[in-house]
Amino acid sequence: MKTLAIDFGSTFTKVSAICMEKAEIIGTAKAFTTIETDIRDGLNNAMKELHGQIGRVDFAQKLAASSAGGGLKMVAVGLVPALTAKAASTAACSAGAKVVKTFAYELSTAEQQEIFDINPDLILLSGGTDGGNKEAILHNAKKLAEIDRDFSVIIAGNKSVAQDVLDDLVQGFKHAVICDNVMPEFNTLEIMSAKNAIRDLFMEKIIEAKGLTEAAKLMDAPIIPTPLAVFEGAQVLSESLGDILVVDVGGATTDVYSMCSGVPVMTNVSLKGLPEPFAKRTVEGDLGMRYSLDSLVEIATIERKAVFCGDNGETMAELDKFRALCAADPSFVPEPSSLFGKFDKALCGMAVNLAVERHSGKLETAYSPFGQIFYQTGKDLTDVKYVIGVGGAIIYSPDPAEILTNAVRDEYSPEILKPVKPKFLLDKKYIFAAMGLVSRVDKQLATKIFHNELKEL
Amino acid sequence: MNGKTVVMGVIGADVHAIGIKILSHAFEGAGFKVVNLGVMVSQEEFIEAAIETAADAILVSSLYGHGELDCRGLREKCEEAGLRNIPLYVGGNLVVGKRNFEEVEKTFLEMGFNRAYPPGTTPERGIEDISKDLGLI
Repeated sequence: MKTLAIDFGSTFTKVSAICMEKAEIIGTAKAFTTIETDIRDGLNNAMKELHGQIGRVDFAQKLAASSAGGGLKMVAVGLVPALTAKAASTAACSAGAKVVKTFAYELSTAEQQEIFDINPDLILLSGGTDGGNKEAILHNAKKLAEIDRDFSVIIAGNKSVAQDVLDDLVQGFKHAVICDNVMPEFNTLEIMSAKNAIRDLFMEKIIEAKGLTEAAKLMDAPIIPTPLAVFEGAQVLSESLGDILVVDVGGATTDVYSMCSGVPVMTNVSLKGLPEPFAKRTVEGDLGMRYSLDSLVEIATIERKAVFCGDNGETMAELDKFRALCAADPSFVPEPSSLFGKFDKALCGMAVNLAVERHSGKLETAYSPFGQIFYQTGKDLTDVKYVIGVGGAIIYSPDPAEILTNAVRDEYSPEILKPVKPKFLLDKKYIFAAMGLVSRVDKQLATKIFHNELKEL
Repeated sequence: MNGKTVVMGVIGADVHAIGIKILSHAFEGAGFKVVNLGVMVSQEEFIEAAIETAADAILVSSLYGHGELDCRGLREKCEEAGLRNIPLYVGGNLVVGKRNFEEVEKTFLEMGFNRAYPPGTTPERGIEDISKDLGLI
């Protein structure tokens, strides 16, 4: 029996053919995503290529994920930046959304305009613990209702006023649903209900808005957001491998997924801030190998003072040429041994370095009258056993292990709690999203395929 | 439950954990909803918790003698954050040295606290005062 897993990406539609009996990937192919005409055209092109590789095959089931049309664009709204606003953006991110911006406190008229300009698919509205602050979420509901855009709102704030918030939004002709508060008690994070509501709305509303209705009819299960599929793939893998970190360096963003509790490994450390979810995803919109190359180069050279290949005037001029080339043609792949190839590798390493650093917890030292004490904010990843590299820039590099070394804790910056002695794995065939889809049908099969396909470096 | 929420914690770098637990239990027993921030709490954390939970009062504890430094500016920051006239209470070993409590109390009241308590105050006394101030009795 064969299964087909499809990923409608923003640039490429990727297909993977899976042999269920052998628990193997028997073929993969990709073609440009055709969202402007009919998304099925791109799928057919990819299928032709696949059939060219493995011959004509009848698939017993077809499963799909999508990030076509810019993915699931979301805005998170909360009250205090470090509390409900952060809880809301964490929930949206865990549901596979692209959180364009997070707003806190009472929305201003300028921020209304900003949300209008972002034109999000969904808004996650939180604010106030249960029985806590009511004014902010009520104010924000009215402000959102006034925005003349066709978005849906998920209400995940103070339960005491959830119905009033819903009424206000409905008056502004907004589709809205109520779910559990993302922070029902002070400093507790409850994101499952919001996550499920986001997934349901994605299937109900976004599929249609992104022109996926016809493609969805061809599938044997609902289409889910690609990052959610990757997330679920990572979750299944962590059930057999233990604590893992997945780094996906893409053209526009670098995504990091961690599956671990992240509680302090050292004994004399106290945790500060919002509790972190076991399964956490962060997306770095300014770290990408093509569409976000400019910001990556800037952060690398200015903020980090990184030196690329000698760093004399000549190489810097070459770096500018490389940027221009990538901007003109995002599918440009340089020869690895050339100077441009070296830039690519160095910048990819920098993207891994920064993205994992931002994902990791930080240790702060404070001196009290009782001596030295440590605070930890975020997740302690020092005990993570495996770091898995995903994404073209890593998997096609001749030296992926060297790139992934950037995910390891730097002895000169021990306060950044990156993994200390992880093993490196490589997702050669980009199967994470596909395995997330398969795991929804057959978890054990997904686990087996992972073990057959991931290569240890 | 009496419908009132109080935020409490030990301010600054102070790690005295026992007293705040006792206070938290006592206030819960008296019907308050208690948001206990624990030890080593910054002014900002008190304020953020009070905003999000719509707290009716903030209770600050300090036992290591640096209370005067740690508490300075809390009232001003509350006003700035929109917590207008929120009742502020403080208690513990608030200062070092041999100053009489009247003098210490005056310092903290001038800082904007509604009430200040010396070492050895029972939880019952605080509960009674706060219940009165919040219009419960």
